This record gives sequence, C-alpha cells and structure tokens, in this order.
Amino acid sequence: MNLYTFLQNLINGLSLGSLYALIAIGYTMVYGILRLINFAHGDVFMMAVYFAFFLVTLGKVPWLISFVIAILAAALLGFTIDRVAYKPIRNAPRISALITAIGVSFFLESFAVVVFSGIPRSFRNIYPKFLNNMLILGGHEEVKYGRNVIVGGLRIPIVSFVILAVTAIALVILWWIIYKTKIGMAMRAVSVDIPTTSLMGVNVDRVIGFTFALGSALAAIGGLLWATRYPQLWPYMGFMPGLKAFIAAVFGGIGSIQGAVVGGFLLGLTEIMLVGFFPKMAGYRDAFAFLILILILSIKPEGLLGKRSVVKV
Amino acid sequence: MKKFLVVFVILLSVLSLATIKIGVVLPMTGGIAAFGRMVWEGVEVAHELFPDVNGETIELTIFDNRSDKIEAANAVRRAIDVGNVSAILGEVASSYSLAGGAVAEEKKTPMVTPSSTNPLVTSGKKYVSRVCFIDPFQGWAAAVLAFENLGVRNVAIFMDVEQDYAVGLANFFMQTFQELGGQVFFEYYKSGDQDFTAQISDAMLTGAEALFIPGYYQEIALIAIQARQLGFFGPLITGDGADAPETISIGGDAVNGLYFTTHYHPDSPAVTENAKLFLERYTEKFNKIPAALSALGFDAYMVIRDAIMRAGSADREAIAQAIRSTTNFPGATGIINIDNEGNAVKSVAIVKIEDGQFKYETTINPR
Repeated sequence: MNLYTFLQNLINGLSLGSLYALIAIGYTMVYGILRLINFAHGDVFMMAVYFAFFLVTLGKVPWLISFVIAILAAALLGFTIDRVAYKPIRNAPRISALITAIGVSFFLESFAVVVFSGIPRSFRNIYPKFLNNMLILGGHEEVKYGRNVIVGGLRIPIVSFVILAVTAIALVILWWIIYKTKIGMAMRAVSVDIPTTSLMGVNVDRVIGFTFALGSALAAIGGLLWATRYPQLWPYMGFMPGLKAFIAAVFGGIGSIQGAVVGGFLLGLTEIMLVGFFPKMAGYRDAFAFLILILILSIKPEGLLGKRSVVKV
Repeated sequence: MKKFLVVFVILLSVLSLATIKIGVVLPMTGGIAAFGRMVWEGVEVAHELFPDVNGETIELTIFDNRSDKIEAANAVRRAIDVGNVSAILGEVASSYSLAGGAVAEEKKTPMVTPSSTNPLVTSGKKYVSRVCFIDPFQGWAAAVLAFENLGVRNVAIFMDVEQDYAVGLANFFMQTFQELGGQVFFEYYKSGDQDFTAQISDAMLTGAEALFIPGYYQEIALIAIQARQLGFFGPLITGDGADAPETISIGGDAVNGLYFTTHYHPDSPAVTENAKLFLERYTEKFNKIPAALSALGFDAYMVIRDAIMRAGSADREAIAQAIRSTTNFPGATGIINIDNEGNAVKSVAIVKIEDGQFKYETTINPR
C-alpha cells in the first residue's frame, strides 16, 4: 500500500464509519435510557427507506419532503413498536425484552418481504445526483480508455460530508433535548430508576415512547443516508448495518453517545484497513467485526468511553 | 336430485384428473430473488403452453429457498417429503444447487437446474442435471473476450468467496487468461457486502485495466458504482450473474459498457420452433423482452416434461434416466444435449450494456 492508497482508504474508512456512527447513536440512546438492546433498530432503518422509496416512486412526492415524512413515519413506527411489543412486558425480566426485540425484528423483515417483495430495488433516482458525486483533491487529467479522466487524486463522496453534518446536527439536538428540556430530564430520570421516576408523577410510558420515537427517527436518518451511499433497498438491508451499529455502540461503550460516534468511526476504519492491508481477508470482514465485539466484551466490557455500571442487587 | 347429480359429476371429473407433481425450488425472496422471479416467469409460460403430459396435468408447487444455502437443502427436502414431487425444477445459484442437489441425490429424485453453471453441481451425481453450459466454458469465453476482443492484459478479479459459482468462474477465467498471456490478481468480497471501496482502491493501485466480477447482480451493480466514483473507467466484465434488469436499475450510468457472458438474448439468432414460441408468448404475457434466466426456466420445464413423456410414468428413477438421455431437444436457448455427466453443451452469448439497455454483441461457440 502506498501513501496515496493509504490516504484514499482512510477516506473510505471514515466515510463508512460516519454511517455506522450515525446509526449507532440511536441504538446507544435507547440502551442508555432503557437498558434495552433494540435489535429491531436495523429493521426500522429498512422500513424508513421503503417509506421514502414508495413516497417518491408511487406518491410522486419530492425527495426532501419524502425523507422528512419517512423519518416521522419511522418515529411513529418506533412509538407503536414500544406500545405493542415492549410496554406489556415492561416489568418482566430483561431477557424477555431482548427476545421480544428479536421477534419484532423478524416480524418487520417478514412483513417487508410479504408486502414489498424480497427483490432488491434501486434507490438511485430517488435523491438528487449531486449526492453521489465525488470531491476530487489533486490528480491530473489524462486520456485513458478512450476518454478524458482524472487520474490519481483523492476522492471523497459528497454524501459523506452530508453524513458528517447530519451527525453533528443530530448530536447537538440530542444534547439539547436530553439536557435542556423537561422530557430530557425525565429521560435521564428514567435511565436511573423507572419505579421511583413514576412515583414522582412522571408519565414513564410517555417518556419511553418518546425515547423510542427519537431513536427510530435517528435510525431512519441513518437508513436514508445509507441508501444514498449504497443505492439499493431490500427487506434484509437493515440487518448487517444494525449489527455493525450495535458493535460500534459496544465498542465505544454502550449507552454513551460520544462512545457510539467514536466506535462507529473506529469500526469503519478497522474494516476498511483490514481489507486494505490484507486483501485476502476481505471475505472475513464481518467475522472480524464480531471478533472486535467479542474482544471488547471480554477485555473491556464497558467499552472505550463507557462507564462501569454498578449492578443493583 | 339434479343438484346431487351435478355435484357427483364434478367430483368424478376432479378425481379422474390425475396429476404429475413438479416441485419448483427457487429463491423467491432474498439477495437473488430477481433471478428466482425470472426463472419462474419462464416456467409459467412453458406451463401455460404445455400444461399436461401423457394425458395427465402437470402440477407446479413453488418452494422458496430464501437465497440461503441451508434453506436450499431444506426446501428440496420439503418438496420431496411433503410435496411428494416426481421431479424438481430448480435452484438458481450453484451454491444452492450443490446443497439441494445432495438431498435430491440422497432421495433419488431427478432435479434439473436451469442456471447453475458450476461443474461440481452435477459431477459424480446421477439425478442432478442442467440445461445450461458450465463455467469452464463460460470462464474461457469471458477470458477470450477480455484478451482478444477488448485487448486488456491486466485484470483484477473480484471474487465472491461465499458463492461456489463465483469461485469456480474466477478460476476458470484465470486459467485461460494466463494461458493467453495476460496477468490477473484477486480481490475478495462476500455476498451481501455493500462497501467495496478498499478493494477497488487496491485494484487501481495494482494497475488493473479491467475488472472481472464473476458474482451476482446485487454486488456487481454496487462495485460498478463505487469503481466509477473512485475513478476507475476501464471495462467491466462479468458472467451470467449480471443478467438481470436490476443490474441496470441499481447500477445506472456506472454499468454502461459492462460486458457479460450469458445463455440467451432475444436478438441472438433463434434456432428452434420453441424459441419463437417462447419469445412470442413471453412478450405477450409480460409485455417485456425475456431475460436468459426466463428462457432457461422454460427449457428446464420442457426438458423435464419431455423426459416424463419418454419415461411414460411418474417414476422418479425412470424420469432421471430419461433426462440424462436428452438429445437434440429444441429449447428456447438452442439445441440441448445432456451428456452422461448431466451437463448441457451449448454456445455462449456476449451481451453489452449500452445506454441502459442489454445489447447483443456476439456468440462464442465451443472450440
């Protein structure tokens, strides 16, 4: 690997990592407040992409409005999932909630297969083309393969800047909600102790429903940007990104929002560098991500930026 | 009394209609569901044209393998044990045909795959056959195309390590290309991957003039997009795994100039009556031109039906033997001869994507 390829791979890794980071924020927020690993996160992500897809193709709604509606619809979906699936077992052991989350995930995937069909569709004409353009740094023009092309130069996808901006905005809004609003205060209280919070006169169900809606909206934003970068959608598209976001969240310290961002970037970089330095290992990159998960859980279970929590007896 | 008589007659006529069951095992959901759908369209056309054999109705049942190796074996087992089928039409991808074929072999049930091109699918088996060419030939044709027609000397092969089809085709391409005097090197990925930027950066560093991607359309389209984004504008060459409209709908401008080897193109010279019949009926029914996999689905159905006709019974053993003795059968994709190994010997069509359309380029015959 020469310096140029290394720098290009650095960009490739950060570009992938920024997506993982964005998806991981929603994942880790729901965990941080409810101590629930919401395995359905990746499937809400998928549903949001389908919402936007059908709004644009069938509904002929402009893309920006479709994206906003899809994000709101995903928030509503998250709220509904909480009411239907998690609320009835709020006081059951935590393992029940985990199993329910897996059930919800399977349900959403199967639902999508039945209703939207299992065939991959194209997300290419949904958003304006400039998002898929590349920013080219350096390089020189040359006639190659019978056409003028820019040879050399570092290439950065425009959409990666959008992802970075969206992630930054999402972080600021999240920080504002959690630390500056009443519902944010309630969320922080719920994260410490649910029964006591409800004794204080807080409507815990509403707070939890809001948390799910917020988390799902973040999943939707991640999904839409993911589909802009990798323009195809199919019912299982949320599965791997969801798992990777989970790994990123654990990597950075599950429950910690800064941790999710750091974990996402590190995971993206590690994956790309693994392929870059050891091309033969490329087929094992998912396995490698899981290896990171296992190592983190066995060496530093609280993650890079996580706090060691004291288990209440 | 009259009512009773009517019911009785209907009941009698239903009972007297004997059926022959064929299980259709295809990926109807999941990564390569588009392929399953295309094969099924061809099978439907064939079934509408020729719904019976030896005076008995042919009954088709779909079993979905969900684009999954383990589910592929399960689906074949379910077709045989629960569906009680006389023959199996199916499995698109070689990996699934390998998994499902092992079950068919164990249960001594004839199976005809429309499109699995890896040699291992039929080798050493008595009950599994195919109506398509095999990868040593397809790989050879792709290498000849790259070296002689496109004049490239240094090719990066993007190999899907999870698919037997891709691994086989990559190696057969490499053999011929090196014999011709070219150089190859490998980049690896896995079905379902979406980010290929690291592999493409590496291929460009190594000085690839063309990419050979012997995988399936989902990844081919994404590799094409990312290759163009990263500044690679050389030719892309693939196998029949790219022969789906999704390659164009997902790949867009990026797949313009992509060449692939395949079994059939409506513009390639039609040689048989069945080819005309198929093209006519298909365009009438679906209002679009058929893809190679639909033609192969049609052929697989026709070959099974022909074998049942010659066997004269629904006996699995007899049908299996009859399939292996198929000679000069006029299929939609050309004349089909199935040899002792269960392989069909046919020519390969080269198709190029231009302005978002599949354009027929040329035909390469076995030398």
